[in-house]
Amino acid sequence: MTNDEIRSFLENAIKENSVMLFMKGTPEQPACGFSMRASGCLNALGVKYAALDVLPDPRIRQELSSVSNWPTIPQLFVDGELVGGSDIVLEMFESGELADLLGVEQPAEEPEAPVHGGAGDQQEPSSPPLGIENRLS
Amino acid sequence: MPTADELKQRIEAAIPGAQAEVQDLTGGGDHFRAEIVSDRFEGLSRIEQHRLVYGVFGDEVGGPIHALSLKTSTPGGTR
Repeated sequence: MTNDEIRSFLENAIKENSVMLFMKGTPEQPACGFSMRASGCLNALGVKYAALDVLPDPRIRQELSSVSNWPTIPQLFVDGELVGGSDIVLEMFESGELADLLGVEQPAEEPEAPVHGGAGDQQEPSSPPLGIENRLS
Repeated sequence: MPTADELKQRIEAAIPGAQAEVQDLTGGGDHFRAEIVSDRFEGLSRIEQHRLVYGVFGDEVGGPIHALSLKTSTPGGTR
């Protein structure tokens, strides 16, 4: 796969998925605390989102950063626009802005950078991520 | 390997009037947390504020500086 192909794959992923998270690892198995934080916020809001692991090929990250003009991972896009990295996502989650942006209700209990896959008496399992097929590796 | 103090100085030099508190999160010189107050952030979105700071370090963020966690605000209050 050429760099251009990777780039257009990424651009399409951003365009076609209204909530698109680029992360290290997967929502089920995040490979970095910052990525875990970002996917945890989305999981806590119960929104459907697509996630792409950038780790399989270092060029994914390079091309993504050049598309987004943002140096680090994770990166959250909503409706084709970069929302931010893990700091901004967490800040917006805590303030309720992320729920507003995504058109969902803020969960009642105070969010503690929710970790995915918590067992217990969750009323309803959060929607599984759409799981974008990773055709980059 | 950059130090927290070096990052602080570079941020404050590049963004005149900014006040930065920088912490080395792991002690390893590659994961940092910076809290920055500057009136330069006035009127900018969070994304733009963070980009302004990341811009100080160019390719170093994501390179030798693996992570630079940011909290930006203006002297009048957050955003």
